[in-house]
Amino acid sequence: MDALTQHKPALEFKSTTINVPTLILSSPNLTEIEALLKQKIAQAPEFFRHSPLILDLQALSDHQQELDCSETIRLLRNLDFLPIGIRGANMAQKEEAATLNIPVLSNLPQSSAAAEPPPKPPVEKTTAEKIDEPTKPIENMLINHPVRSGQQVYSKADLIVTATVSAGAEIIAEGNIHVYGSLRGKALAGASGNSNCHIFCSDLQAELISIAGTYQVSDEISDTAKNTPVQISLKEQSLVINPLK
Amino acid sequence: MGRIIVITSGKGGVGKTTTSAAIAMGLAKKGHKTVVIDFDVGLRNLDLVMGCERRVVYDLINVINEESSLNQALIKDKRCNQLFILPASQTRDKDALSQEGIEKILNQLKKEFKYIVCDSPAGIERGAQLAMYFADDAFVVTNPEVSSVRDSDRMLGILASKSQRAENDEEPIQEYLLLSRYSPSRVKMGEMLSVEDVQEILSMDLLGVVPESQAVLNASNKGIPVILDEQSDAGQAYADIVARYLGEEREHRFIDEEKKGLFGKLFRSK
Ligand SMILES: Nc1ncnc2c1ncn2[C@@H]1O[C@H](COP(=O)(O)OP(=O)(O)OP(=O)(O)O)[C@@H](O)[C@H]1O
Ligand SMILES: [Mg+2]
Repeated sequence: MDALTQHKPALEFKSTTINVPTLILSSPNLTEIEALLKQKIAQAPEFFRHSPLILDLQALSDHQQELDCSETIRLLRNLDFLPIGIRGANMAQKEEAATLNIPVLSNLPQSSAAAEPPPKPPVEKTTAEKIDEPTKPIENMLINHPVRSGQQVYSKADLIVTATVSAGAEIIAEGNIHVYGSLRGKALAGASGNSNCHIFCSDLQAELISIAGTYQVSDEISDTAKNTPVQISLKEQSLVINPLK
Repeated sequence: MGRIIVITSGKGGVGKTTTSAAIAMGLAKKGHKTVVIDFDVGLRNLDLVMGCERRVVYDLINVINEESSLNQALIKDKRCNQLFILPASQTRDKDALSQEGIEKILNQLKKEFKYIVCDSPAGIERGAQLAMYFADDAFVVTNPEVSSVRDSDRMLGILASKSQRAENDEEPIQEYLLLSRYSPSRVKMGEMLSVEDVQEILSMDLLGVVPESQAVLNASNKGIPVILDEQSDAGQAYADIVARYLGEEREHRFIDEEKKGLFGKLFRSK
């Protein structure tokens, strides 16, 4: 309940979509990656500390280059990154990611990830954006329209969606997630590691639910919970789904 | 100032071109000066459905490349003097479509026409995005099956985030759901999604249902927009849709099997 009550009932909710930095790897050489990352971090240590990150291996997969996925994730965590998802991975990497509680995200429709010129880790632009507004308080995000297939929403705090989240959509929050329509896509709460976060939804049909990296896919969600209003929390490393009355 | 309507879907073959021709003719017949533009470069077939394929001299890309004036390229419909067609090119490369070129043409057309109907190509790539970028209204054409609905959902996401209105933080594109090739008997047998299913998945209001109808094929073979076949179920469905779009209240039809009488009448009259 703590995480729920502590935020003030804000007067103004601003609906902005924040991009999660994506780390696009184009070399499987971990020593090289580590060196480059450290160099980046040295430039903006505050920005990178506890920054959520999506790991994109498409470029490697495209060239059939093998990367040690577990080692990479360990490396990122050691450097204080919070990897919250992986995309473009091959089968083996997906399995490794799963054992490390890293959600496997769907590939991007086309453009950004694959098309961006590789090696440069987190994009400069994001750094600039962040530096522009260092002191703003973290705001909850309110979304009053459906989140459609292919769309992704990221909230630095709580995320409230008053409409449907379609199959093929992803909603991610570092805080709690509330969905007052049907939840059919993926919902990831506590994305920066806060295991006290909850997911609330009035109609659970999700493809994936995750709290602080512990997740369940649709097949694993119990049938009695499906299509009902529920509250999802994390207890001892496993997700607990309770009816919401 | 004219209003730009894009007819879009994501998935191919769901009835965008059929709808573009019908809606454009319907609006023109109500007395609104209307132009319908084929954005499907390389696969043009709007001119076939409109029955003007033998009168095409210049096309959209000629106008963009300033090889012809807009007025030279516009084809006046022979049945309705309020309706014009701007065809696509069959021979050119899609890359010839430029956003600046299209903006210029649309701005010119907006001064002269009340409605500008854009027939989008299938897909969610560049061609489809260009067709919807400047739109004020979007008719999202969906068939009652899961893949079509999913693609429409994607398209709705793109309409909400990648249009000029979205980028300028203006009032969003007005979205209208058009459920096409609907067959109540197949819905009943569980082979197709029902109107309610589709509305629920897309969380959108319904502008109208167009039944699966032989009349559509007959009309497009003859180059006649099906809305001109006033006796047909599909023709009437499109007439309802145009009326509702223009603000008239009309009860939804063609949703339930009871209306079988109409099908029966049609078959008898053949
Ligand atoms: N209501 C209907 N009943 C029966 N057939 C229909 C109906 N609507 C469309 N069709 C048929 O389906 C086919 C595809 O229609 P149309 O060309 O309008 O689709 P489209 O979405 O424009 O396709 P594309 O994505 O290739 O541009 C055509 O053969 C058309 O005659
Ligand atoms: Mg077409």
